[in-house]
Amino acid sequence: MVLVFAESPRGQFKKSAFEAVTYGRKVADAMGTSCAALVLGNAANAGQLGQYGAVKVFQVTDTAFDAFDSQTYASAIAEVAGKNGAKVLVLSHSSTGKSLAGRLAVRLNAGLVSGVNSLPSAQGNSLKVKKSVFSGKAIAEFEISSDVKVISLMGNAVKPESLGAAVSAETITVGAAKGRIRVKSVKTQEGTVPLPEAEIVVSAGRGMKGPENWGMVEELATSLGATTACSRPVADAHWRPHHEHVGQTGIAIRPNLYIAIGISGAIQHLAGVNNSKVIVVINKDPEAPFFKAADYGVVGDLFEVVPQLNAAIKKFKAG
Amino acid sequence: MKLLVCISQTPDTTSKVSFNADGSEFNAAGVQFIMNPYDEWYALVRACELRETLGGTVVALNVGPAANETTIRKALAIGADEAVRIDSDPKSAGFVAKQIAEYAKNEAFDIIFFGKETIDHNGSEVGAMVAEYLDLPYVSYASKLDLNGSVATLERDIEGGVETLEVDLPFVVSAAKGMAEQRIPNMRGIMTARTKPLKEVPAVAYEDQAKAVQFTLPPAKAGVKLVQPDQMDELVRLLHEEAKVI
Ligand SMILES: Cc1cc2nc3c(=O)[nH]c(=O)nc-3n(C[C@H](O)[C@H](O)[C@H](O)COP(=O)(O)OP(=O)(O)OC[C@H]3O[C@@H](n4cnc5c(N)ncnc54)[C@H](O)[C@@H]3O)c2cc1C
Repeated sequence: MVLVFAESPRGQFKKSAFEAVTYGRKVADAMGTSCAALVLGNAANAGQLGQYGAVKVFQVTDTAFDAFDSQTYASAIAEVAGKNGAKVLVLSHSSTGKSLAGRLAVRLNAGLVSGVNSLPSAQGNSLKVKKSVFSGKAIAEFEISSDVKVISLMGNAVKPESLGAAVSAETITVGAAKGRIRVKSVKTQEGTVPLPEAEIVVSAGRGMKGPENWGMVEELATSLGATTACSRPVADAHWRPHHEHVGQTGIAIRPNLYIAIGISGAIQHLAGVNNSKVIVVINKDPEAPFFKAADYGVVGDLFEVVPQLNAAIKKFKAG
Repeated sequence: MKLLVCISQTPDTTSKVSFNADGSEFNAAGVQFIMNPYDEWYALVRACELRETLGGTVVALNVGPAANETTIRKALAIGADEAVRIDSDPKSAGFVAKQIAEYAKNEAFDIIFFGKETIDHNGSEVGAMVAEYLDLPYVSYASKLDLNGSVATLERDIEGGVETLEVDLPFVVSAAKGMAEQRIPNMRGIMTARTKPLKEVPAVAYEDQAKAVQFTLPPAKAGVKLVQPDQMDELVRLLHEEAKVI
């Protein structure tokens, strides 16, 4: 069996959970087995994971899982994996998944590949699976040779496929594990898609001249239903919040569309965004290194180009 | 206060990445190696800061071959008091974690630091593995760490925001931007690093369960298609009809 841990932070499934179940179902199909999903906590409507291919949805509705602690979570996931004889465990390569994957690999005596971006191929008892390495500069194929295997899936690597019908979630209990982390508060940006999950990202750099000019970037993002990001100097200067910083020292993303405005395209910046499917660069300097990594480019003054692009997008959306 | 900082050696960010002819191994020829940036800037520096205010010892640990000693000496120059190298040529994150856990299990460290991930395999795997081996709490992607007696308060990067939490010593943490500021080793640091203890420890047996077997370079981009600045309707059309992303 393939077991997918479907994250539901603060009682809500995110797109990454649907991606993970879709991926788990495909792995199960390839292995000739079935896919089950595990939900920890009180998310409503856990049975909807059936639509993405989980034939069974297990749910532990214990308030102990309201706050995240990798020890209590890993203990519960390993227990359910063990009881059900899971051969492959699929997680999301998220802040939660990154805290869990290594723990679960040790607990289940399993080989781990984290942040994969494609489906595995089976070879005897081994699985081979690819991920991006060297900050996007290369692709590595990993071989997992252990009996039980743990895989964490990069965000936006597979499209959630809702094909089947919902199932009714089966409420189960797990042994108590001692949690030692006391979560005091969680602050997230409400109303916007977090950057790692965003399909469209509008990002801007030092070419913007100052924080007072970000209105046009936000307007463009709103028109596109996009999330905003920024380069490092912009975050360092507190023109934009820290969580918007993408790149080597910030976060790595792989949206379908990345629009870079007034960003030079230094290698450390590219390290976080070069896995984007399509890159559009707007820069007044035709020699800006970003153009080498771009699919579409506009050489021009961003203060003129961005409002015009926004107008064109609005016209397109309306029409 | 007894602090362990696990440091990895990685190719410099700006290095050109290439592989041997059959793609089975990284080609190290002409590549400049550095201490993994997150290990150096955030984990090591924060550990040194805590030691400076609270006293104690910072131990820098690397699992790797003798060639890594230049990187280890740099950790000593930045401020670690002593260093350990577990002699081996690791091929998997599982191997590295096993070695660190075996070393740390009898050393009673108060905090074991990692960087949020390495810039070569970008795995973010080892810290959680070590935490599990040692049955310790684990806080990943921490951007802030303060200690008050035996209670630590941390902030941790989560999707689109930040989580604040408390945990008692001992624990394992992976460090992200914000936890500390990069320190450039000064002359005195570099001089004293030469005489600080660097202990070599043999590796324990471990069978790799997952490892990279084949490397390839991503397909080259077709090249940028330029659109005139006054032709934004055309750009939108291309994004819709050709790239199919809007
Ligand atoms: C170890 C290390 C780690 C790093 N990590 C990161 C990281 O994670 N993320 C990151 O982003 N950077 C990172 N950097 C910094 C990186 O090297 C660059 O310095 C940074 O990305 C540059 O930011 P920028 O492109 O916004 O600014 P600049 O390099 O100043 O570029 C601004 C661009 O805007 C253009 N421009 C200016 N005015 C206009 C206008 N009116 N219209 C159109 N275009 C205009 C300019 O032509 C220029 O190309 C790191 C650096 C180091 C050394």
